[in-house]
Amino acid sequence: MQNEYQHTTSFKVSPLEEFKEAIWKVIETVPDPEIPVITLKDLGVIRDIKVSDDNAIEVIITPTYIGCPAMDVMSMSIEQALTEQGYKNVKITKVLSPAWTTDWMSEEGKKKLKEYGIAPPNQKQIVCTPDLFQQEEVVQCPRCDSYHTKMISRFGSTPCKALYQCNTCHEPFEYFKCH
Amino acid sequence: MNTNSSITTPDFMPQTPNPQPLTLYLLHLADSTLILSHRNSEWCGHAPILEQDIALTNIALDLLGQARNFYQYAAELINQNSNNERSKVPPLEGFREATEDSLAYLRIENEYKNLLLTELPNEDWAHTILRQFYFSTFQFYLFQQLQQNNDEHIVAIAAKAIKEISYHVRWSGEWVVRLGDGTTESHNKMLKAIDTLKNYTGEMFIAADYETAMNIDIDLLKNQWNKKVKQVFEEATLPYSLEDETTFHQTGGKIGTHTEYLGYILTEMQYLQRTYPNSIW
Ligand SMILES: [Zn+2]
Repeated sequence: MQNEYQHTTSFKVSPLEEFKEAIWKVIETVPDPEIPVITLKDLGVIRDIKVSDDNAIEVIITPTYIGCPAMDVMSMSIEQALTEQGYKNVKITKVLSPAWTTDWMSEEGKKKLKEYGIAPPNQKQIVCTPDLFQQEEVVQCPRCDSYHTKMISRFGSTPCKALYQCNTCHEPFEYFKCH
Repeated sequence: MNTNSSITTPDFMPQTPNPQPLTLYLLHLADSTLILSHRNSEWCGHAPILEQDIALTNIALDLLGQARNFYQYAAELINQNSNNERSKVPPLEGFREATEDSLAYLRIENEYKNLLLTELPNEDWAHTILRQFYFSTFQFYLFQQLQQNNDEHIVAIAAKAIKEISYHVRWSGEWVVRLGDGTTESHNKMLKAIDTLKNYTGEMFIAADYETAMNIDIDLLKNQWNKKVKQVFEEATLPYSLEDETTFHQTGGKIGTHTEYLGYILTEMQYLQRTYPNSIW
């Protein structure tokens, strides 16, 4: 209740941008449901925040993969985080366009992925070709930094990852696919 | 024999007296992806090795995501449009409007517009792989076209999905080569799969009325698809005879005339919603 009171008061005196900034601050803390070491902001799925004249908040998010089952959890987590801070009238809107790309992932996010043991996505390359046995980009082992690695499977435990193995330290690891 | 003529929507089409081609087309796209997603999900826990089990269920998830987006858009159009159309696509009991769920769970067999190819049983691994390769290759070239569509909603879905589809083509194509150019047994299993599916690829390239109305260049699709399949078959040391003019093509899926298999799929898929109406996740 205290939070709500504070927020309402501050909004009355704050300009719109400051209000939005405060919302961003809250959302920034929301972790990705499947890779909790990074936040939704790190992942680059939060596209925009809109505030209408009657103070209704709309958060625009975009899925990483079209069937990503984490989208509903993401929406709920954002809504919950804002509600807990006293924000009301929150709506989450999902948009597909422009399509999410791993280039939207923050440098901070890539760093956190690597520390967690997941190889972060390389810079975007041309992924939209259906050519078979295409040479994969070189993926660095997140544990020993060796570039001497091989792909085990194109698909991993979530749609956004592939399975790799390091030929130097022999550890298997996941690679956050360039997309 | 119905090899070259286009499919005409018969008057007895039960659910949509004056449907927009766009709505029908969206349902066609949604149904094909939903049904193949269901077939792929049947492999969960049964694939030859864990990594491939995961691959196939990942593909199922991507297809389901596409289906949901197409259904959501179709539901939006149905709700916006004529009352006739709305009254014929039942909303879930207690819901006033069509939803992605009412479209998936409450339509009957002859309202489904999926390609027959997608509803065929999985058979063995070779059969599943080949069907996926055929379908993903078709989707890849189709979605290239849809990215140029006038409808920005369709463009957004196509642009999003094609990145994932290119992955599906690569994965399934690599398996076609691995099996075709593998052992005698895997090669023979591919030959059998080719034979089982040969009457079910033609339907992709015989336009339904709603596809023609959507300006899909189906001849271009056919050429691109044949070229790609031929190239991969050569690498896989498999015989290629899909352009044989004398081949009989099974058709009907696009307008609601299905094989016996679809009913069984829907029975399982819709059981819960029909037995316990309004159940939600
Ligand atoms: Zn290593």
